[in-house]
Amino acid sequence: MSARDDILAKVRAGIGRKPGTDRGPRPVPAPIPARGQVEGEARLVLFTKQAEAVAATVVRIPDMAALPAAVSNYLAGQNLPAAIMATADTDFDTVPWNTQAMLEITRGTPGIADQVCLAQAAAGIAETGSLVMTANADNPHMASFVPETAVVVLRASRIEGTLDDAMARLRVTGDLPRAVSLISGPSRTGDIALKIELGAHGPRRVHIVIVDEPEAA
Amino acid sequence: MNRDAVDVGLFVTCLVDLFRPGVGFAAVKLLETAGCRVYVPENQTCCGQPAFNSGDFKGAANIARDVIATFENFDCVVAPSGSCAAQIKVYFPELLASDPVWSARAELLAEKTWELVSFLVNCRGVEAVDASHQGTVTYHDSCSGLRELGVKEQPRKLLGSVVGLSLSELEGAEECCGFGGTFCVKYPEVSGKIVGQKTEAVAASGAQTLLAGDLGCLLNMAGKLSRENSDVEVRHVAEVLAGESGPAIGRG
Amino acid sequence: MMQVNSSAFKEIAHKALHDDQLQEALGLLRTNFGDARATAVERLPEFGALRNAGRDIRNHTLENLDHYLEAWEVKATEQGAIVHWARDGEEARRIILGLCRSVDAKLMAKSKTMISEEIALNPFLEDEGIEVIETDLGEYILQLADEPPSHVIGPAIHKTKEQVADLFRDSHAALDPARRLVEISDMVGEARQVLRERYFEADVGLTGANFLIAETGSSVIVTNEGNGDLSQGLAKMHIVLATIDKVIPTLNDLATVLRLLARSATGQEMAAYTTLSTGPRRTDAEGGPESCHVVILDNGRTGWLGTPFQEALRCVRCGACMNHCPVYGAVGGHAYGWVYPGPIGAVLTPALVGIERARHLPNASTFCGRCESVCPMRIPLPKLMREWRRQEFESKIQPLRQRFGLAFWRWLAQRPVLYRWATAIAVHGMRLLARDGRIRRLPLAGAWTSVRDMPAPARRSFQSQWKGRK
Repeated sequence: MSARDDILAKVRAGIGRKPGTDRGPRPVPAPIPARGQVEGEARLVLFTKQAEAVAATVVRIPDMAALPAAVSNYLAGQNLPAAIMATADTDFDTVPWNTQAMLEITRGTPGIADQVCLAQAAAGIAETGSLVMTANADNPHMASFVPETAVVVLRASRIEGTLDDAMARLRVTGDLPRAVSLISGPSRTGDIALKIELGAHGPRRVHIVIVDEPEAA
Repeated sequence: MNRDAVDVGLFVTCLVDLFRPGVGFAAVKLLETAGCRVYVPENQTCCGQPAFNSGDFKGAANIARDVIATFENFDCVVAPSGSCAAQIKVYFPELLASDPVWSARAELLAEKTWELVSFLVNCRGVEAVDASHQGTVTYHDSCSGLRELGVKEQPRKLLGSVVGLSLSELEGAEECCGFGGTFCVKYPEVSGKIVGQKTEAVAASGAQTLLAGDLGCLLNMAGKLSRENSDVEVRHVAEVLAGESGPAIGRG
Repeated sequence: MMQVNSSAFKEIAHKALHDDQLQEALGLLRTNFGDARATAVERLPEFGALRNAGRDIRNHTLENLDHYLEAWEVKATEQGAIVHWARDGEEARRIILGLCRSVDAKLMAKSKTMISEEIALNPFLEDEGIEVIETDLGEYILQLADEPPSHVIGPAIHKTKEQVADLFRDSHAALDPARRLVEISDMVGEARQVLRERYFEADVGLTGANFLIAETGSSVIVTNEGNGDLSQGLAKMHIVLATIDKVIPTLNDLATVLRLLARSATGQEMAAYTTLSTGPRRTDAEGGPESCHVVILDNGRTGWLGTPFQEALRCVRCGACMNHCPVYGAVGGHAYGWVYPGPIGAVLTPALVGIERARHLPNASTFCGRCESVCPMRIPLPKLMREWRRQEFESKIQPLRQRFGLAFWRWLAQRPVLYRWATAIAVHGMRLLARDGRIRRLPLAGAWTSVRDMPAPARRSFQSQWKGRK
């Protein structure tokens, strides 16, 4: 008997079920916290508050044309060199980068030497202040983990209220990509004497740029 | 306050019986003041918790049957101890769940079994006691009473009515004192550490008197305070509520 | 299997009680994790109802476990993962070794998985010539120190920063000896620097799974550091190691348990990273592992189904129980002697290594019930510990003196007249030893008086006074 058959047989024996039988009825649905069930401006306010509570920084710009200035200002404010690698996301193709002449911009997937990376989130979750990053060729999974500073574009229209709404959004596109990460602030650890330090392995800084302009239809 | 006369069987508990009878008399006084007729069946010994917590379920079930037979004809059964009351109320039905004769009897007894202070407040509607106590006290929430029977606000409510008494809340009041029945003699060093944390908190509260509702906890904490040469007096909360005086626990 | 030291509970506890640094660390746990949880719970009015829902969905899954395991397997396979089933640690290790060999792996980057400790994976792979590097900072520290974990969330919290600095100096030989290693931020920065290179060198990334999701065929890891993502995202091959009890039905169920997990563990609303991994990369352009293998392990769990211990399978490894346990808080995790410490360790360890070797664990509890009161899955931990004591009693492996003493008490308790007579004698004897109302040294009960006085019993019992009254 294969290990699989052996294990499944033992499982069935333990719980008293026959192979091929349907599962029993699910319990009543779990409550969804009221906190995340907000709309419109209230939802944006909640998202910002929750994201800042986990040490992300948040700014809001009207459209993608304002992105270069937002990025330059942020890097200057953090005393970081004016250089950023942006993912292959096609939305970044039409951004007027030349309006910030001093900003050095490269495209691609960050490697070990790349300090700052720009990516776009698939969604945001107001309940917890989280970004939803889905891995694909445009926004590789490692763009959110390798650089020391992650700058993430998040369309206001993609900010969901609750975790459940975010899950529903993931379902819409069919099967999941290889990696979906819910990211709540920078990387951190308390493993040494319970003192929280940021930037354990993933980014030390997460800067969220909320863009009011919805994506092109 | 509920003025209906009830027949109450007092479950004395082995520790009260042997170590501090005054708690039993305090319980009687409080119950009689609340309009109860108090009976103390002679045949009672122990609730069987030591057997139960040592894994001797059969032995604990046998003791349970004796207790049920002794007490089931009273209107209510009251114990000045959260852990003994919980043994009867929560665990007797579990122990006898598959006994066709005794299962129902265990359920019936469980329904009418109470810890003393919660009985007075929740069942008899007592809002205040006629007692005085000059000084500051602090209160330890014994685990069984707190988590299994919901005893929390009731003793504080009645203590609030004691003339001259001020209550200083104990830091970590809901944390275990380290007694745990046989635990304290099987793992004395660990138990000693835990009760040492408790006595530290007692000292920090600034209270002159430590109260609780379970004599096991009280003997444990009193013993540690005494070993530390502390001046803090230790009493069962029923004693203060009933206005009983006399030497504190472990004081001659 | 990882070495079992649970029978040395008392000895290790003794050392722990006299270890000032450990005591300080344990005190920190109570505030940093314990108080933080209380604050976070207060901020979520639905928390109690969510605990019920968490318990119910886990119960439902376990009651239909075969269905959900098969559903998960179908979906995972469809998404390109290759599923391997292992009955025990030995099978799992062989499978993992085989997978490593198939890509000629020299280095494995590992993210935290307690199951890998259960099956002692690291030493096995290292014996076979594969270097294994732990990437979770706490586990990395323990790897350098060659010590077992002492807590499920912060495995190295028993180490001081000075001890960590020394470890780093000894192990990171290539770095400038004159460098500053004083603040914790220095050490975290150094670990980040050292481990980054290893992520890029690793051939295989191995992660555990907090959950497996049947609906999507995914495995889920929850970390604060991001090390699990870097381990799997840069290697050729991603291996997931999970036990059969990790599966949950849907993404919405994931939302429910996520609301409970970080809150219960550290008081955070969410950990920094919750990642759902589903199969290998879809295209070369997106990067990520070329292959994804999931090893589904039983290792004794099927034996708990249909027994009271089925309830322990609801555990999500948050650590809340040990953060609130007076015994764990006094002696720390190493006293428990194996992979899982605290109340959940007291329940799981006997099940996985046998009650004979682990008998101290369910016995070293006051049954205060705080663990159960904070468990997000409402696992009745004291009840399960008591069940171990019952099994111990019935197989007569408790110490003789204890069995005799308790049997005698029980025998007396059923004979009221003899009980009163015998206790009167004992009480009289104790009173002879008392001075000023207390006893400082009790023969036959030296364990009590070794740490505290014994208040003297009463001259006349309540029963005899009551009789006299009437």
